[in-house]
Amino acid sequence: MIGLPIAQLQIDKPGGADDCVSSNGFCPEWIAENIDRYWTPLLEHVYLTVAPVAIGFAISLALAIMAHRRRWLTGPVIAISGIFFAIPSVAAFFLLQPLTGLGYTTAMVALVSYTLLIIFRNITDGLRNVPAETRDAALGQGLTERQVLYRVEFPMAVPEIMAGLRIATSTTVGLAALAVFAGAGGLGAEILVDKRFKSNVVVAGGLAVLLAAAFDLMILGAQRAMTPWRRSRA
Amino acid sequence: MIAPGLAFLGDFGEAIKFIFQERESVSGGVQIGGIPELAGFTATHMYVSLAALAIAAVLAIPLALWLGHLGRGDFIATATSNVGRAVPSLALLAFFISFVGLGYTNVIAVLVLLAIPPLITNTYVGVRQVDRDTVDAARGQGLTGMEIVRKIELPLALPSIFAGMRTSAVNVVATATIAPLANVQTLGEPIITPQTYGFVGQLGASILVAVITLLVDFLFARLQRAVTPEGVKLARPAKARRRFSFPTKRSPKQA
Amino acid sequence: MTSTYRKILVALAALCLMFGLAACGDDEADSGRTGDAATEDGDKAITKDPANASKGTIAVGSKNFTEQFILGEIYAQTLEAQGFKVRRRLNLGSEQVAFKALKSGSIEMYPEYTGTALTSFFKVKTADVPKDADEAYEQAKAEYAKNNITALERTPFQNTFIIASTKATADKADNPKTVTDLFANNPDLSISGFPECRQREDCLLGLRSEYGFKGKFVSSDGKFSDLDGGQSDLTLAFSTDPQLALTDKYTAYEDDKKFFPPYNITLGIRNDTAEKIGQEAVDTLVAVQEGMTEEAMRELNRRVELEKQEPKVVAAAYLKEEGFTQ
Repeated sequence: MIGLPIAQLQIDKPGGADDCVSSNGFCPEWIAENIDRYWTPLLEHVYLTVAPVAIGFAISLALAIMAHRRRWLTGPVIAISGIFFAIPSVAAFFLLQPLTGLGYTTAMVALVSYTLLIIFRNITDGLRNVPAETRDAALGQGLTERQVLYRVEFPMAVPEIMAGLRIATSTTVGLAALAVFAGAGGLGAEILVDKRFKSNVVVAGGLAVLLAAAFDLMILGAQRAMTPWRRSRA
Repeated sequence: MIAPGLAFLGDFGEAIKFIFQERESVSGGVQIGGIPELAGFTATHMYVSLAALAIAAVLAIPLALWLGHLGRGDFIATATSNVGRAVPSLALLAFFISFVGLGYTNVIAVLVLLAIPPLITNTYVGVRQVDRDTVDAARGQGLTGMEIVRKIELPLALPSIFAGMRTSAVNVVATATIAPLANVQTLGEPIITPQTYGFVGQLGASILVAVITLLVDFLFARLQRAVTPEGVKLARPAKARRRFSFPTKRSPKQA
Repeated sequence: MTSTYRKILVALAALCLMFGLAACGDDEADSGRTGDAATEDGDKAITKDPANASKGTIAVGSKNFTEQFILGEIYAQTLEAQGFKVRRRLNLGSEQVAFKALKSGSIEMYPEYTGTALTSFFKVKTADVPKDADEAYEQAKAEYAKNNITALERTPFQNTFIIASTKATADKADNPKTVTDLFANNPDLSISGFPECRQREDCLLGLRSEYGFKGKFVSSDGKFSDLDGGQSDLTLAFSTDPQLALTDKYTAYEDDKKFFPPYNITLGIRNDTAEKIGQEAVDTLVAVQEGMTEEAMRELNRRVELEKQEPKVVAAAYLKEEGFTQ
C-alpha cells in the first residue's frame, strides 16, 4: 500500500450513522434535511410535463380545426395518434434513439405523441357536442362559419377540451417518470438513483403524484374561470 | 442526409436481426438474442400481464357494476381514474420493491393496481349510460336488482367495459416492460441490461414490445366492436369509441 | 479585599486553565485530521492556475453507481480546484456507453476498472486476465493507448466482487471460509446480482462453470437489501461496499480460486485532452488517488449509501480531509 498520507480520511465507526437511514426505514428527518436534492428533478419533471402538453395541444388544435370542416380527417388522425398512444413509452424512448439520440429531444417527441390522441379526441368531441340548434341560431344571426366556430362552438367546448387537457397532463406526469430511459432527467431518474431506499422512493413518487394533482387543480380552476356560465355541476 | 438515413435503417435492421438471430453478447462469451430467448421473455411478459388483467377484472368489474346500478359511485369513479392516472408506474413499482420485495407476486400486484382504475371508471360509466327508462320498465316488470344488472345493464355496458379492458390491457403490457427491475424477466430485460444485449438488443426488445402492445390494443378493439350491439354502434359512434369515459358534466344537449 | 481579590485571581486562573485545556483538547480531538498537517498540507494542496480557465471546458464522465459518482466528482473537483471549467456527465450508464462516449469525445475522461476494460472492451477472456493488479493495469494501458487514450496510474484500491451473506446464513452453513466450501456444502443457496450478471462469463455463468454454483439467481441490484429482506441467501457484493465493515451482520467468503479478475481504477483520459490540460494537471489527477485505499473508499461509499449524503459533498470532503483542498 502507498505510504499513509499525513492527513487522513475521517473514518467513522461502522454503524455510527443515523439508524433510521442505515436500516432503510422511512425517515422524516432525513427527508427534511435532504429535500433540496429533489428540487432540480422536480423542475425537470415540470418541464417534461408542461412542454409536451403545450406542444401536443397546439398540434391537436390545428388538426381539430382542420377536421372540423373535413370530417373524413377525423378517422385517420385518431387511428395514427392511437398507434402512437398504444406504443409503450419505454419502447418509444428507444425506438426514437437512432433518430434523435439520447436526451430531452427523444423524451419530448415521445411524450408529445402521447398527448395527441387524448387532446385531439376531446377537442373534436367537444366541438361536435354543441347542439345543432345553437349553431343554427348563431348562423341565423348572421355569423359566418368561422365566427360560429370561434365565438360559439369553442367556448361551449371548453369543458370537454379542459377535461382532455387534464387527462393528458396526468398521463404525461406519469410517463415523464420513465423519461430517464430516454436520457432525460425528472423524478423518475431520482427514483432510480436509490430505488431501495424507502424515503427516496416515497418522496420522489409522492412529488410526482402531488404534481399531477396540482396541475389537475390548476386546469380545473382555469376551466371554471373560463366558463362562468356553467357553474352548476351535473 | 443519406448517411444518417442509412444509419437509421441500419440500427433498426440490426435490431430486427437481433430478434431472429442469436449473436454473441456484448460482454462476450454468451449467445444471446434470437427467437428462443425472446420467446421466453415474451411468455413471461404475457403471463404477468394476463394474470394481472384477469385479477383486476374480477375485482373491479363486479364492484363497479353494482355501484353503477345503485348510482352511488360518482366520486369513486372520478377519484380512482384521477389517482390511477397520476401515479407513475415506475414510482409504484419502486415503492413495492422497496417496501415489499422482488418477484412475480410483487409485479402482478403492481400491475393489478394499475389495471383497476380504467376498469372501475369505464364499467361505472357504462352502466350509468344505460337508458333509465329501460331500467325502470324492467323494474316495473318485476325483475330484481341482480337480474336487472345481469340481463340489462351488463350487456348494454359491455362496450364500455371492453373499452376499459382495452385501456387496462395496454397499460399493463406497457408497464410489464419494467418488471425486470423486480427480478421478473419480461421483454424489458434486454432493455435494462445493455452490457449484455447492447443497444441493438434494447432496440430489438423495444420493437417487440411495441408490436405486441399494438396487437393487444387491436385485439381488444375488435372485441369491443364485437360486443357492441348493432343499434348502439350506429347510434353513438363517438361514445362507443370513448376509452376514457368518466363522469362528465351532462352535455349541453341534455342540460 | 484580599480574599475577594484572591478569589477573583483563582477564578481567572481557573478560567485560563479551562480555556487552555479546551484549546489543547480540541487539538487532540483533531489530531489524525488536518490539525498537524498545516505545514505538510502546503505540499499537497492544489493550486489554482488562472490560465486554466481559458483552456476550454473539460467533460468528465462516470458510470452510474455510487463509487463511480464519487470518483467522477473527485476528479472533476480536482480539475476545478486547479481552475479548469468542468462539465460533468456522471450518469453515462454501462461501460459500453461510457467507452463509446470517451472514444467519440463527448466525454474526455472517466474512471474505469482494469478488469472491466480488459473483458468488456478488449475482448480478453476472464480466465486470461492477469491475476496481478499491476500486470492487468499494464495490459489495459497498452490496449487503451491503441485507442489514443492514456490510462493513468491505477489506484491503490481495487473493487472486485465478493460473495457475501448475512451472518445468520453463514452460521447456518457452519461458517465456511471459502467460496468453494460454501457452494460445495450448500447447493441450495440462492445468489443475487446485478441484472447483467445473469449472462456474463465473469459473473454468474463463470460461477456455475468454475465454482459449480447450482443455486437460483435473483436478478436485482439490491445487494445487502436483498440479504436483509430475505430475497436471496447470498449476494455479489463489491469489496468497497460499506456494509462489509459490519462484520457482526454480514460475512464475506474468500475467492480461493481467484476467479474474479483485478479491478483497480484507472482514469482513462483522451490523449488530446491530456495535452490540453498539461502534464501538471495530469499529475495532480494521479496525486489525488493517493488516499484511495479500500478502507477509504468503503468510508466514502458508506457516507453516500448509508448516510445518504450526496456524492459531490462526499467527494469534496475527501479532497479536504486528505489535504488536497482547503
